[in-house]
Amino acid sequence: MARGIKDKVAILGMGCSQFGERWEAGAEELMVEAFAEAMTDAGIDQSQIDAAWFSTHYEEINVGKGGLPLSIALRLPNIAVTRVENFCASGSEAFRGAVYAVAAGACDIALAVGVEKLKDTGYGGLPGNLGGTLTPQWGANGSAPGNFAQLASAYRAKHRVNRDDLKRAIAHVSVKSHANGVKNPKAHLRKAITEADALNAPMIAEPLGLFDCCGVSDGAAAAIVTTPEIARRLGKHNIVSVKALQLALSNGSESGHNSWDGSYFHTTRIAASKAYKEAGINKPRDQVSMFECHDCFSITELVTMEDLQLSPEGGAITDVMNGFYDATGPIPCQIDGGLKCFGHPIGASGIRMLYEMYLQLQGRAGPRQLAKPSIGMTHNLGGSPMSNVAAVCIIGAFD
Amino acid sequence: MVGITAFGGYVPRLRLARKAIVAAHVWADPGLKGKARGERSMCNWDEDAVTMGVEAARNCLASTTSAPQLLVFASTSAPFSDRQNAGVIGTALSLGEDLASIDVGASQRAGVSALIQGIAAVRSGLYQNALVVAADKRRTKAASPGELAFGDAAAAVTIGNDAPLLEFVAAHSATVDFVDHFRAATETFDYTWEERWIRDEGLAKIVPPVITKVLGKAGIAPAALTHFIMPSTIGRAVLGIARQAGIAEAAVCDNLDAVCGETGTAHPLVMLLHTLETRVRPGDTILVLGFGQGCDAVVLRATAALAAFNSAGGIVAALENRQEETNYQKYLAFNDLVTLEKGMRAERDDYKTALTVTYRKRDMLLGLVGGRCTQCDTLQFPRTEICVNPQCKAMHTQEPFSFRDERATVLTWSADYLTYTADPPSHYGMITFDNGGRFMTDFTDVTVGEVDVGIAVRMMFRIKSFDHSRGFVRYFWKAVPVRAISEHSEAA
Repeated sequence: MARGIKDKVAILGMGCSQFGERWEAGAEELMVEAFAEAMTDAGIDQSQIDAAWFSTHYEEINVGKGGLPLSIALRLPNIAVTRVENFCASGSEAFRGAVYAVAAGACDIALAVGVEKLKDTGYGGLPGNLGGTLTPQWGANGSAPGNFAQLASAYRAKHRVNRDDLKRAIAHVSVKSHANGVKNPKAHLRKAITEADALNAPMIAEPLGLFDCCGVSDGAAAAIVTTPEIARRLGKHNIVSVKALQLALSNGSESGHNSWDGSYFHTTRIAASKAYKEAGINKPRDQVSMFECHDCFSITELVTMEDLQLSPEGGAITDVMNGFYDATGPIPCQIDGGLKCFGHPIGASGIRMLYEMYLQLQGRAGPRQLAKPSIGMTHNLGGSPMSNVAAVCIIGAFD
Repeated sequence: MVGITAFGGYVPRLRLARKAIVAAHVWADPGLKGKARGERSMCNWDEDAVTMGVEAARNCLASTTSAPQLLVFASTSAPFSDRQNAGVIGTALSLGEDLASIDVGASQRAGVSALIQGIAAVRSGLYQNALVVAADKRRTKAASPGELAFGDAAAAVTIGNDAPLLEFVAAHSATVDFVDHFRAATETFDYTWEERWIRDEGLAKIVPPVITKVLGKAGIAPAALTHFIMPSTIGRAVLGIARQAGIAEAAVCDNLDAVCGETGTAHPLVMLLHTLETRVRPGDTILVLGFGQGCDAVVLRATAALAAFNSAGGIVAALENRQEETNYQKYLAFNDLVTLEKGMRAERDDYKTALTVTYRKRDMLLGLVGGRCTQCDTLQFPRTEICVNPQCKAMHTQEPFSFRDERATVLTWSADYLTYTADPPSHYGMITFDNGGRFMTDFTDVTVGEVDVGIAVRMMFRIKSFDHSRGFVRYFWKAVPVRAISEHSEAA
């Protein structure tokens, strides 16, 4: 394996817009909101940015194609801007572009901005993706919740879990995230829910009810990265550096070959293993302080806890019910409220997750600040359980 | 000796109780009270004449080794006016490109016309084997007599010279421009004239001479005829015609009005199949009639081969596989007879179908043809340039393999209330084929609570979605639970 990027790149500044139903704001306003905060945090001038990576997913309802929407909205100084799109992991992909550019030495300072304006569709939930000219002619008539809900059927069959026990565990996943989101002023949904609320909510896609699904929101997030040396030179202390950043993509084997049992994310397991190796982590359950999981649906979070090697296989339900991932537990998960409370403006989510890990590592997370976290991890997933893009990023204090 | 060498039938699983139709309309027409008896077959939202025809033809072809060189499809409700519907059926069945094919329609007698022309084509020696398929899903206005009387179904027969089950004896046709009903090319619904006039001036005057002539050609005395098959929504008229022609009352065959309804161009063949399965013995003679702007008549004689023949799926089995539907509103919704709010998500289906792609992938989309890797034997769908087996990944090694008749089991599933479907919730999931291969697919003909991990499914050709903006129908295959009919069919 290559030497990797551990500690080659530091986060100079980050910003995150208010997430929510931003009826008054378009993508341009959201980008500027996140960017302005990141620039203030970084304490640099626009002229110091060498290149930018820009993530959005739905070009039809958002800002269209290309890097121009970012360049124009931010009035960037005629630098290279690359638009990236990799499903719901697009934000992590933009961050990866900026980080790799700095690690390679091609840029001193690089910018990553992700945005999605979802609430211009006229209805709830995500718009359907046609997926080209062939797929819609034969692909199943599904939605995101229905695609992810299928994990539950296979997980139950594999681990012999009855429906009630699974429903209660995924309800707890959502109850925990809502409890965390209450403390976050930038979250969209800031209301605590009870287990009964989750269990009795309207059915969306068996067995996922309304509270098993993340919100649909508008939002943007931004990161400015540089080398640890430049960060120091710019007067930064308490530097947070990138320990690992790995992506793994399906190659069609889960959806087309009978070797996958449908109960887990094949790609997440690969991305996590590579990321732990890159970061030098060999006991994740003991070494990871906190993480942001791509909790698009409660069942996704539950099985991902195992795929990230934080819970033993088949053990996530026990860990969840024991409060292992609660704010007061050994590895708090979604301490900012997660996708559950922030919603999922697709292009922004990966960077929004990093924003919380960054704030926590710098001790700037306010009322939800955890005690002395040293390693924060983000898991950002796009696609469906059968075919997806898994991104795992690990950041921590730069020694 | 030319004749019918195999047969297969199909009746949609849903049966709309006539009492549900009557209950909806009796406020306006109290006279309907007496018609609240029995049930009519009803297509699911994703079925039409072509999908039913494919299923009937599958059942027929699974019962014979003959490879059709000619495919004749009869229907007055074929989904396309100018795109050969028979071509869709032929591709779905992987009949190959060396195939003659023709659509027949425009009259209710088209099913019998197709049968006679299929027989003539094989008898002439031009073709060795022919496949004749008839199917109809006629649209009717709400509260029309047809809504109560009609049903949806399909039937298919193969015609050949090799040990037929029924040998051809004689045929006769009359062409009379008697317009009992009509539907102009641009219209959706029929316009129908008075029943008494149809009975007295049409049926009673046009049909008996044809019976006399065809039985004369066959050398069969009317009283000696064993089975008389004549569909008509005017049930009493048939008995009168039989009497008029000298045919014994016992020869008049069940028109399936109580359990199925009149299925248009398919009905003479649907009744023929039902008769073959329930009462025909070797040596029996059968007269099949089709009425519409004249009359087509064909006389057949059962051979010893009939006793040994087992259809992979006939009309009897299809009638037993039933699910009662008592929600008339659902029938209206499925047949686009009421303006429903479908939600913005329904707009997604109105995308333009890339016909170039549909053509390039026609074996995949219509024939469910995937691949078999010649290096590692792995079955896979779709067929690709590089083998999906992680241990193989061989390039350019796959040969076509159809999953059409492969059995599979459910690996993952959900019932989705968010995505748009005409019949929520949308059931779909990953299915794994017993012999290898898998893909995520829609399920159809399922009831909530029926799908679970591990249940067995088979594939059926169905409508994938409609492009209403351009009037295009997209077809693909869906998974249907394999049921033991006795367990899952509701009692009448």
